[in-house]
Amino acid sequence: MSKMVQYKGSENYIVSDELRNSVNIAIALGKPLLIKGEPGTGKTMLAESIAHALDKQLIVWNIKSTTKAQDGLYVYDTVQRLYDSQFGDHDVANIKQYIKLGKLGEAFTADEQVVLLIDEIDKADLEFPNDLLWELDQMSFYIPETKETITAKTRPIVIITSNAEKELPDAFLRRCIFHYIAFPEPEEMERIVRVHHPDLEDKLLHQAMDTFYMLRSVPHIQKKPSTSELIDWLQALVVGGVKPSRIKKDLPFLGVLLKKNEDLDTLLTQLYNKTQGRIGQRATGFR
Amino acid sequence: MFTHFYYHLKHFGVPVSFSEWQTLMDALDAGMAGSSLTGFYYLCRAVLVKTEAHYDRFDLAFASYFGDVETPEGLPEKIWEWLDKELPPIEVTEEMRRNHQQLDLDEMKRMLEERLREQTEEHHGGNRWVGTGGTSPFGHSGYHPGGIRIGGDGRNQSAVKVAGMRRFQEFRTDETLGVRQFQVALRKLRQFTTRMDGTKDELDLDATVDKTCQNAGRLELVWDRPRENAIKVLLLMDAGGSMTPHSRLCNQLFTAVNKSNHFKDMQIFYFHNCIYDWLYHTPTCYQDDYTDTEYVLRTFSPDYRVMIIGDASMASYELLREGGVIDWGLYNDRPGIDWLTRIRRRFEYSVWLNPIPKKYWDWTDGAFTIRAIREVFPMEELTVDGLERAIKILMNKQSTGSALSMVQ
Repeated sequence: MSKMVQYKGSENYIVSDELRNSVNIAIALGKPLLIKGEPGTGKTMLAESIAHALDKQLIVWNIKSTTKAQDGLYVYDTVQRLYDSQFGDHDVANIKQYIKLGKLGEAFTADEQVVLLIDEIDKADLEFPNDLLWELDQMSFYIPETKETITAKTRPIVIITSNAEKELPDAFLRRCIFHYIAFPEPEEMERIVRVHHPDLEDKLLHQAMDTFYMLRSVPHIQKKPSTSELIDWLQALVVGGVKPSRIKKDLPFLGVLLKKNEDLDTLLTQLYNKTQGRIGQRATGFR
Repeated sequence: MFTHFYYHLKHFGVPVSFSEWQTLMDALDAGMAGSSLTGFYYLCRAVLVKTEAHYDRFDLAFASYFGDVETPEGLPEKIWEWLDKELPPIEVTEEMRRNHQQLDLDEMKRMLEERLREQTEEHHGGNRWVGTGGTSPFGHSGYHPGGIRIGGDGRNQSAVKVAGMRRFQEFRTDETLGVRQFQVALRKLRQFTTRMDGTKDELDLDATVDKTCQNAGRLELVWDRPRENAIKVLLLMDAGGSMTPHSRLCNQLFTAVNKSNHFKDMQIFYFHNCIYDWLYHTPTCYQDDYTDTEYVLRTFSPDYRVMIIGDASMASYELLREGGVIDWGLYNDRPGIDWLTRIRRRFEYSVWLNPIPKKYWDWTDGAFTIRAIREVFPMEELTVDGLERAIKILMNKQSTGSALSMVQ
């Protein structure tokens, strides 16, 4: 562990201390880093930032519902081989030329250490992560067709993101370092917003942010507004020429923040209850 | 030296495995905690905790284990600092102020001070942390408007306090959650069923092409089992008046079940407080729109997974006496408990989901009937965790109680 690579963040990506710690722990231990978090908290961006900061190549493996673990290792193009055998163009006895490495295989055979992003692993079948246990542990796999073992020359830095659509198996989790990206605190959010709207009035921004975090704290909201919705909303407020003082009272363009009818109803009920002065009596029995 | 901490974590319900513990030891040997408690906290959490749902338990365990590392006198001081720094920016209107004079800041500080003093005395250096629950005005995720929110940027604070803030409380899976989470849980009803036995009678096209090509063109057919879900679900929902406070929760489950189109068959019936001779087709329980319970018992095959959603709280005569049915103009020859037992006997894969949190089962109004029904059905609370346990029950037969012998 003497030549430890340290990730310190990059200029276009705001990273919290906790997250930076987790990244460095994962790099030092040579284990995959599993990242979870609400949409819009920059999970995918993290891998790009690491690759950029450490000046390494980024290999992205986008997972879809049909992706199989095998796809990441290699594909044996049997159909091509059949064609070739019929037309006699190639020497079909050499199976090696029909073995096409997948993203994982690519990362293993790279000459220098790379950053491998396995994006949205929860999209795939439930068994998918289990099928990768050995490969991610040992960083090697065997190709029976050519009797060849592919072993990583340098252990890639593996970043895995998940949206928690499916539970990941325990055996898989045990081999990962885990980090949950918490929703940005107001100060951090302000910095993020400033990147998108550099010349926003302070007053407008603060009023809007207060309202935004107030909405997020309303109990029983099913889809909490996220960063991107806040940014859209600010845009709408600017274009609509809404006075900052009206934001909290009128809640203009609420549809930009709350996308579900149920959530709008919930909010209205809660607001109604508040004005009736029955705050303390809200159903606390569930908590 | 930390071995006790390992058991401590387990005791708090953080499922730490030995291999993860080894990883932590390796990391410590490599000096990755940076010889600070905060560094150690983040290292432990990253290596040992694998879901944000357990962050809160981890924080609790960490705080109670390492709580004494810090001088106890120093702590309230710092909480005072937070208080001054972290006042909620929400403006309070005159009207609200009038309604909530107890939310005055000085008053709150005084109350908090008292609370802290009490907690230290009671728990002797254990969990004296503010922010333990959602109902107190002190804490981070409480919904006490204008209350004091404790917690915030964790940057320059020591680990014990970070842990003490319990920022991740809202991710506990024993909380009641939304439709989406229920859906995710319900998918598990499928997980167990795709690998079923059966004849291999479906042509696997991809494998056939592969095999044939590997044979250099000589055709070889590959057969596979059809992957279909054999799960059939029967949902019985209480639509009685006492369920009204829980309607939101039940709606969420109902929506989730409805959207889960992966079941082979799904039937929904409603009942009023308890099940008797009639199962209604609509939640309003119109007395002329029903199916005989007897008919359901006879025609639905025993492999239906039966989920009963109800608060199981009713007057004892509704459950135990003939004619106990609450609806005017109806009469039942068999007591409700009889019907429930017959349902349980017919459907061995069945579970009762109760929207009342489990901790209240022993002393809520319906404690007596809840206890009686638990003798018949395995009961779980209607939360994501509870639903997951319920699904496990639905996948494995589970025998319950002596009540099965109560009928005839």
